[in-house]
Formats: sequence, structure tokens, C-alpha cells
Amino acid sequence: MIDKRVATLAEAVADVADGATVLVGGFGNSGVPVELVHALLEQGARDLTVVTNNAGSGETDIAALIRERRVRRIICSYPRSAGSVWFEQFWRRGEIELELVPQGTLSERMRAAGAGLGGFFTPTGADSQLAEGKEVRVLDGRRQVFERPLPADVALIKADRADRWGNLVYRTAARNFGPTMATAAARTVVQVREFVELGELDPEAVVTPGIFVDRVVEVA
Amino acid sequence: MIRPLSPVDMARRVARDIPDGSYVNLGIGLPTLVADVVGPEKEIVYHSENGILGMGPAPAPGEEDPELINAGKQPVTLLPGGSFFHHTDAFVMMRGGHLDVSVLGAFQVSEAGDLANWATDEAAMPPAVGGAMDLAVGARRVLVVTTHTTRDGRPKLLSRCTYPLTAAAVVDRVYTDLAVLDVCPEGFVVREVAPGVTPDELQAVTDARLAFAPDLTVVHPG
Repeated sequence: MIDKRVATLAEAVADVADGATVLVGGFGNSGVPVELVHALLEQGARDLTVVTNNAGSGETDIAALIRERRVRRIICSYPRSAGSVWFEQFWRRGEIELELVPQGTLSERMRAAGAGLGGFFTPTGADSQLAEGKEVRVLDGRRQVFERPLPADVALIKADRADRWGNLVYRTAARNFGPTMATAAARTVVQVREFVELGELDPEAVVTPGIFVDRVVEVA
Repeated sequence: MIRPLSPVDMARRVARDIPDGSYVNLGIGLPTLVADVVGPEKEIVYHSENGILGMGPAPAPGEEDPELINAGKQPVTLLPGGSFFHHTDAFVMMRGGHLDVSVLGAFQVSEAGDLANWATDEAAMPPAVGGAMDLAVGARRVLVVTTHTTRDGRPKLLSRCTYPLTAAAVVDRVYTDLAVLDVCPEGFVVREVAPGVTPDELQAVTDARLAFAPDLTVVHPG
């Protein structure tokens, strides 16, 4: 029998190791698995590499992880936003490493990892500083930069509903990085608003099939 | 007397160039005004890089859905026929050349169509790029809307960008408060000027050599 549901947030993140690479879903405040990130904070893993679009704002979720010195390195596209005070403070003091990646490249690097690919050439950023140190080729008449896959140990994402097989449906724009991150991590942990019975999700509407999901926890 | 276009008039002028039925991404800032001034006779499908096609206007106060936001993190709505998809697909649409038009803001544009709109040389702030580079390389037509000069009067249209590039040779047309310019093999060609602007005056606030179209006209925003 397959049952990926776990009872508590603590159980969901119990074995995240120090030094792990952790993908965290969300775009701005949409689709951020806030409760899972808080559980990770309590769990205590440190020296983390966090991959996420923004670098947190205010005092919650990723901002809290940074404030509590759990994040050694952040890989993201847009760390600067209203309220990203903890990231900015740590960055200015040189206490956090930043790898800046164009947003589509960030997503595609995770897709490549999940798809078993060795990387890809993209025109995005090929003529920019972000291509420095990377291989650039002219392909089909365009300069393109080689980008490596971005695999991870753990993905923390948020969906709307799940069944015990881990099939997921999402809600509005909260989907964002979730489906791609779910494919790219050795272990994908999902918080959902609601568990449903097996067979209750319309198979035509399932966005993330359960094969990509390891643990699901309900956060009402 | 020079009468620079207001931001809304700049947006109106851009809107006139967007054909009915287009799939369009509007960058953060000035470009977002375009959606407010496109006439009801056109059906335009707006794309947002966080996974929305058919994005509608801001919701009425109290109707906001905190998860239904645009790329600028502002609450939006979904129009009938709209759809949600994940980030990788959103960027497939952008990078893969599926969007008809991308309207972007700029710090600088060069006469070769190089765009600088993601970083200045300010070292005090951490760098941030978001989707700027994907938007610049992917759309079939890249339109830039920006003031002609910086707040302190320095030209934004240059022979070469001095700020870090977003992408090289991507901009098709530039709409400023003083002119509409095409990026052509020979450099900037001015198509339209704001009321009262003479060619000499425009050249004086531009750091690239301008050519003027033989049929140069005054901008009509509406």
C-alpha cells in the first residue's frame, strides 16, 4: 500500500540534513510553503543551500531561515524586494552567498535535473555578466550559454489538494515553481490545504503525478 | 514649446501598436499602464511569468486573492478563457518565441538594440534579475517604453550601453516621452516626435546619432 501522507509538519521535514540543497516553492507570497519552512527552522538543519525565486521578506519563512543563520548560499532570481531586509543585511556583511540566475533559467535548470538531462544551451543571459565563466556557443545563429542542471536533496512545495498517492492539484498562480521542483529533488515534501480520497482528483486535472512526491502533510 | 508625453500618453501610443489578438507580456512599471489604455475593440491576452495567461485587471477592494498576483506581486484577476500553468511553461512561452509582444522598461537602450534594464552600477544593493533576460530574448517583438532621459537629465538612448546588458540586439522600437524610434541596421530612426520637439532638441538629449524618417510626424497618442 502506498500512503505518502504524514501526520505532522515535523515528520515531513525530519530528515533534512545539514548542508542539504533545498528547493522552496513560491513567487512573492504566492505558493510559499510557509508552514513547511517554519518546520524546517524548528528542525534545525543548517548550512543549507536554498533555491527559491525571492529571498524572503519580513520575518517569516525564508527570511526567518536567513535571520537564524541556517542558509549558507541562496540560488535565486530576484533577492531584492520590499521587506527583504534580512537577506540584504547578510549579503552586505558577506554572510550569505548569492548565485543569481535568470528566472526562466532557474526553472529550466531544475527541469533539466528532474528530466535527467546534462544541461542546456539558452539565449537567456548569453550576452550578460551572468554568462561569465560559462561556455557560450553560437547555435542557430544566436549566442547561447550552457547552463547546468540544478538538482536538490529536498523540495518543499505547496499545493491545494492531494490524495494518498501524492497526486497534486494546485490553486491559481500558487502553482508557480511547484511542479518543476517536485521533479528535481531526491525527496519532495508537499503541504496541502486538504487531503482527498484516492480517485477523487480528476485524473485529467492532476498537475503533479504522485511519482514525483514523497510526503504530503495537511495544513488547514 | 516642448510638451513631453505623459506616462499615460506613452502607454496609449504603445497600445496603438499592439495588434488585436496578440499575446503580450507587460514588464513592471510604466509598461503595465498599457493594459489600462488598450481599447475595448481589441482582444489582448496578457501573460504573467508566474503562470497566468488571460490576466485581468486588479480586483475590487476586498476581492483580492493573495495567491493570484502578477509578476510585480500585485493582486490581479483571471478573465474568462484564462489559464494557469507552472513556471517552466511560463518561460517556455517567453523564451520559445510564443509571445507576440514584450513591453519592457529600460535604464538604457543602444543604437544596436542592446537593452540594459536589470542592473545599474550601484554596488550597495544586491543584484536581482527576475525574468528580465528571458523577456528580452524571447518575444517576437520587443518594445521599450521609457523616459528619454534619466531624472537628472542624462540620455538613456546611447551609442553603447554603459550599464550591464540584459540582452544584445533585441529591441525593435522605443517609445519615450519625446519620440518614437525604431532600431534599424543603421541605428535609431526617429518616426515620431512629441509636440514641439525639434530634431536638434531631440539629438541634444540623445547620446547616439539619430536619423529622422522622411515622413516624421508628431506623436498622436490616442
